[in-house]
Amino acid sequence: MSAPIVRFLGVEKSYDGVTPVVRHLDLDIARGEFLTLLGPSGSGKTTTLMMLAGFEVPTAGRIEVEGRDVSRLPPHRRGIGVVFQSYALFPHMSVAENVGFPLEVRGMARAERSARVARALEMVRLGGFGERRPAQLSGGQQQRVALARALVFEPSLVLMDEPLGALDKQLRAEMQLEIRHLHEQLGVTVVYVTHDQEEALTLSDRIAVFHHGAVQQLDAPAQLYERPANAFVARFIGENNRLAGTVSEIDSEDGMVKVALAGGRSLWAMRGDCGTAGARAVVSVRPERIALAPGPAADLSEDAIPARVVETIYLGDHVRVRLALEGGAEVMAKRPIAAADPRLVAGAEAAVAWQPEHAIAFAPEPGD
Amino acid sequence: MSARTPAGRLGRAALWAVTLAVLLFLVAPIAAIVPLSFSAGSFLHYPLPGLSLRWYREFFESAFWFDSVINSLIIGAGATALATTLGTLAALGLWLARFPGRGLVLAVLIAPMVVPSVVVAVGLLFAYAPVGLANTYAGMILAHTALASPFVVVTVSATLAGFDRTLLRAAAASGAGPARAFRRIVLPLIAPGVTAGALFAFAISLDEVVVALFLAGPGQRTLPRQMFAGLNEHLSLAIAAAATLLIALSILLMATVWWLRSRSDRLAGAADRV
Ligand SMILES: Nc1ncnc2c1ncn2[C@@H]1O[C@H](COP(=O)(O)OP(=O)(O)OP(=O)(O)O)[C@@H](O)[C@H]1O
Ligand SMILES: [Mg+2]
Repeated sequence: MSAPIVRFLGVEKSYDGVTPVVRHLDLDIARGEFLTLLGPSGSGKTTTLMMLAGFEVPTAGRIEVEGRDVSRLPPHRRGIGVVFQSYALFPHMSVAENVGFPLEVRGMARAERSARVARALEMVRLGGFGERRPAQLSGGQQQRVALARALVFEPSLVLMDEPLGALDKQLRAEMQLEIRHLHEQLGVTVVYVTHDQEEALTLSDRIAVFHHGAVQQLDAPAQLYERPANAFVARFIGENNRLAGTVSEIDSEDGMVKVALAGGRSLWAMRGDCGTAGARAVVSVRPERIALAPGPAADLSEDAIPARVVETIYLGDHVRVRLALEGGAEVMAKRPIAAADPRLVAGAEAAVAWQPEHAIAFAPEPGD
Repeated sequence: MSARTPAGRLGRAALWAVTLAVLLFLVAPIAAIVPLSFSAGSFLHYPLPGLSLRWYREFFESAFWFDSVINSLIIGAGATALATTLGTLAALGLWLARFPGRGLVLAVLIAPMVVPSVVVAVGLLFAYAPVGLANTYAGMILAHTALASPFVVVTVSATLAGFDRTLLRAAAASGAGPARAFRRIVLPLIAPGVTAGALFAFAISLDEVVVALFLAGPGQRTLPRQMFAGLNEHLSLAIAAAATLLIALSILLMATVWWLRSRSDRLAGAADRV
């Protein structure tokens, strides 16, 4: 891997000197990468992004861009493009003047400037809108102008803070694809902030999951979904069933653990961040990984768990089945509509099973 | 409902009567002085013997009045330029910075607005005399700057309150340094507030008489100061012409402020949709 374009080295931030908002952040961002900071509200994503842009000063640590410490560099000297959630278009300037502003600041001659502005507007499919005022555009169009303004001076790094947060669902999906294509086309490094996991999965090469100011996991979308590092990530990305128990045995060779569930049954699972034998653990299983069949458990597989259907929910392309396991715990299973079994109605006897490699044992989250 | 009962009707009539009386009381001085300035006679009383512009001719032809108009304009222009610049910068600084004691600084800045002008005038006389600023244009301009700046601070602050700070970040992210961001982004957007502040400042300087009484030498007498003198030394209806001109100018200034405000409200309304 070539030298990272951005390095966070032990970066910390607190606004009031007491409450940590970002705790000891070490993060390398590769050139050309689309990296998303994903996390619940207040987890420190915007703060991290604004420190990189230069609008906030780290309390400790250092940020390097292109190998250079930028801690003392004011934002207007960093040459980083930024797209804000509120668009932040200059209301007194036309669309073309907005997009041309970074070029004007750089002293580019008028003729070249208007050619570049026209190309940038073309790129975001707003050719011919140059003379309009921002207030005369729809939300999606305004955000495209903001994108063009952040890209027009060809920065190697562009930051976006929830750029689609104010748009409706359909427009979001459309703009996500556009942002993705722009990224592929321009080869620019993008650091993107969102609290929408679907958006993060759609766009990103890698996702950094934030919680309480710390990166919980930094991985490619598939890794993040299939191998979450802890119970928080498993809960935050996608759906999961959680079964409480206690670690009873560890097989370090295969990376498996045996967990005694609260109901009395024991099962094998991949070893997440759970403790050693005797520690409390939560076993996480994705709903789509749960096999289920009507009738007694033995018919499905020898270690299937007997269960009873609580309810089924029809969702067009798939069916969700809520089941009460023997021992009292509840799980949700998800079947594609083609594989749905009409015998699985509320009250029916059923059995559930899953592969041990589709279950992961985590240390419980605080409060579990 | 209540308007239909006799008592309710009476109440409404009383309300109208009181309102009219108050309005009459407020405009009476203006209504009394303006017609006098067009009198063909030479006494301060009604009925007018006839109409003429003779007092306006006298006003513009006598050095006594005309020089004071020039003084008012010089001092007003100087004070307006200084107060607008300083007041705008002060408002901007207070808006940008978050520091303890911000409220205190603001209070000190707008103190001249609330301290009785005679107190300010006496203080200024004691402060300016030793450094040679009494009886000078510079002294008058500085004094009026101090009196007018608070109005600029207040109007510009009001405009800045509706200013989206993210625009400053967007400007910086576009590569604009603070000076350019101020010139290209902030100033055009707060221009109505700055202009309103400038008009206020000019109006303050134009109307000011107490400080002028204490601080202006014979060479710097402003129009209101001269009217004050004219009452004793030089009683003629030209003073009514002077008053009418002052009234007209003040109304023009305030109307412009009002027009700017309604225009910037419309702009803010458009910006809200962004
Ligand atoms: N300027 C500020 N002054 C003081 N505290 C702040 C400031 N900005 C953010 N915070 C606090 O820092 C914490 C993290 O805020 P941040 O904006 O980074 O979160 P976020 O992950 O972007 O959340 P969201 O998804 O809601 O935008 C929050 O608790 C917030 O209240
Ligand atoms: Mg945020």
